[in-house]
Amino acid sequence: MAQSLSRLKESPSQTAGPYVHIGLTPNFCGISGVYAADLGATMVNDKTKGERIGLKIRVLDGTSTPLKDALIEIWQADADGLYNSPAELRGAADPNFQGWGRCPTDMETGLCDFETIKPGRVPYQDGRLMAPHVSLWIVARGINIGLQTRLYFSDEAQANAQDPILALIEHRVRVPTLIAERQDNTYVFDVHLQGDKETVFFDS
Amino acid sequence: MTDESGSNRRPETGAFFQRDRTWHPPVLTPNYKSSVLRSPQKAPLPFDNTLSEIAGPVFGHAMLGKLDADLIHNFARPGESALGERIIVHGRVLDERGVGVPGALLEFWQANAGGRYRHKKDGYLAPLDPNFGGCGRAITGEDGGYAFRTVKPGPYPWPNGPNDWRPSHIHFSVFGHGFAQRLITQMYFEGDPLIWHCPIVRGIPDKAAVETLIATLDMQATIPFDARGYKFDIVLRGRRASLFENRLEGN
Repeated sequence: MAQSLSRLKESPSQTAGPYVHIGLTPNFCGISGVYAADLGATMVNDKTKGERIGLKIRVLDGTSTPLKDALIEIWQADADGLYNSPAELRGAADPNFQGWGRCPTDMETGLCDFETIKPGRVPYQDGRLMAPHVSLWIVARGINIGLQTRLYFSDEAQANAQDPILALIEHRVRVPTLIAERQDNTYVFDVHLQGDKETVFFDS
Repeated sequence: MTDESGSNRRPETGAFFQRDRTWHPPVLTPNYKSSVLRSPQKAPLPFDNTLSEIAGPVFGHAMLGKLDADLIHNFARPGESALGERIIVHGRVLDERGVGVPGALLEFWQANAGGRYRHKKDGYLAPLDPNFGGCGRAITGEDGGYAFRTVKPGPYPWPNGPNDWRPSHIHFSVFGHGFAQRLITQMYFEGDPLIWHCPIVRGIPDKAAVETLIATLDMQATIPFDARGYKFDIVLRGRRASLFENRLEGN
């Protein structure tokens, strides 16, 4: 017998269910007066540095039907590529940008509309710069464990071509599933849960 | 560098332990029917955490309102309170190393004592309680501890099989220190026979894993003549020490 590692096991995930809004965006589902505003609903103010952009994101099931009861959280660096987090040791991030946002999909259209800024580049473990990206975390009824992925930008083709994470994707035909299309100041991004256009999800 | 709490603790910057995806429910659990069209069919892309996964948002205690952790009163009319079994839920947020996670934001939501949610998509015939909203939140203290007061939620039927009933449960959303620790789960109640019938619970392959989601009746946390106590600890991914990590350029 050797020594025991005596570690705990992570609490197992369970689905967020169809009524996730009650807990995470109560004002969105008509529960007013408990919290002044839904957490993560506003990401930028008039002092936030960087290029203002919109992200229009949908989540589609295996029949290409948009989910109307999903919830998306995004996490990103500021315009200089710094995270507003104690784990960021390279410098102080923009104090007017938390870098985190939360949006339920619209109950009619299935659309999540984020107003944010375009993130700067963040280094990979070996110091190479990753392409600008936004981390996504998606939960909903029918999703047993939150899905992780990233949104990259169609007008950053050169940076995307050198990105160390995109480079890990063996089937190159799947790389475009992580690239949002620019339309004016807005990027449009469809997350496909299943099928030919299935988005690349992460285990990281 | 000091953190928001003013402590001298060095921020941790190591990568998180890999997730044991045989311990979590798999993405496809056909007896939970909604998972059939909402589960990825291709394998996920594995990679060690980058700073994007290691870093995560911080929430300060200043965001909390006085009644945020009191679901009995935070939606009730003045002088009134929610109907049902009054309980206190308490516990600690730990990581897989057994270390308390301070400053973790917990958000909870639940049905009322009759199993009815305050949500326009819930058409169950059990009535709403005019004094119960069903949401609350708390931030863990220095030792990772938290507590809130609520009423015990009732079981409710749902359109999965022709006669499926969810066990009494409270949904928990948890933020640790890194975005890759993000977790949503459900808390169940000791002794509830519906737990072992539920297709959502049974999506978890290992009985020992299910048992970690069952809160224990805790008479020592009970306030006599007021509310019974339940203990529910939550474990988030642990993290490696960063002593031997590849250094980012400039560090």
